Amino acid sequence: MQIGILYSRIRKDEKLLLSELRERGHDVTKIDVRKHQFGLDGTTAPVDDLDVVVDRCLATSRSLYATRFIESYGVPVVNSSETAEICADKAKNSLALAEAGVRTPETKVAFTKESAMEAIEAFGYPCVLKPVVGSWGRLMAKIDSRSAAEAILEHKATLGHYEHKVFYVQEFVEKPGRDIRVLATDGEPVAAMTRSSEHWLTNAAKGGETEEFELDDEALELVKKASDAVGGGLLGVDLMETGDSYTVHEVNHTVEFKALNEATEVDVPAVVVDWLESKATEKTAAEAVV
Amino acid sequence: MTEAECAECGATLDLADDLETGEIIDCGTCGAELEVIDVNPPVLERAPELEEDWGE
Ligand SMILES: [Zn+2]
Repeated sequence: MQIGILYSRIRKDEKLLLSELRERGHDVTKIDVRKHQFGLDGTTAPVDDLDVVVDRCLATSRSLYATRFIESYGVPVVNSSETAEICADKAKNSLALAEAGVRTPETKVAFTKESAMEAIEAFGYPCVLKPVVGSWGRLMAKIDSRSAAEAILEHKATLGHYEHKVFYVQEFVEKPGRDIRVLATDGEPVAAMTRSSEHWLTNAAKGGETEEFELDDEALELVKKASDAVGGGLLGVDLMETGDSYTVHEVNHTVEFKALNEATEVDVPAVVVDWLESKATEKTAAEAVV
Repeated sequence: MTEAECAECGATLDLADDLETGEIIDCGTCGAELEVIDVNPPVLERAPELEEDWGE
């Protein structure tokens, strides 16, 4: 198949994907988004003959716009711009999960310091303040006291990008020192691992310990529902154990799989490419009908 | 194994054979992030700062 990779940085994840694709004899077109223009009736990017484009842009703005434009040229993109739009924004992410009946931490959004403070006081301490955009646990704050809340809100109001003027306040979920990351293709789990850390942020990117995790029926169903809630695709679903059940924190659309590949027995890039092949086949079948 | 020079400190870097255009590598000597601009022969430039919201 003819496959495009949209990127501005090639990390280990992209290299794994590229080498699996090439090993299978697929024709790979690397598209550096920094070098192209995207117009209403076409683009300088070589997308015409592609069966599918995989979006691996790290910057959310690039991901959101480039996927939207490429879709407008009739080329399927994974993940879709619709999925990207929900996943790139924590507030939209939370809403989509709640609307789909997926258990997710209690969340409030406020637009002023004063109103955010009221939300924080209503949650009690500790609670969590996050930017609506951004990732890897950056700029997330666990708030332990009113004085900490006042300082953080003041800093955000003074230094913040406009997106930091949206205050996303969330209950602090007591978890057993670890959370669960599931990589899924249209809701079908590829691999899952736990990330443990003494620190409350357990992201693998922050140096947490990883271990393979076996999903039970409840977790399997949650992953499927969470994936459907954001429109499906190649996704990272973040779960936390809450004693007898789970809560889904968020669904990530530009998912990293290097850590999962190392932590589990699964050949992650191989399963991802199997899925990409099925996506390209779907497209060919759809064209045959037309 | 192929070699290239760090654009920041001039140290010689040993590069893997499966180098990709767009790949980011760290200079072991000065710690600079370098972007692979070309692979044959390898050309490295200082990587641009990551902009805005990145990652997953
Ligand atoms: Zn150097």
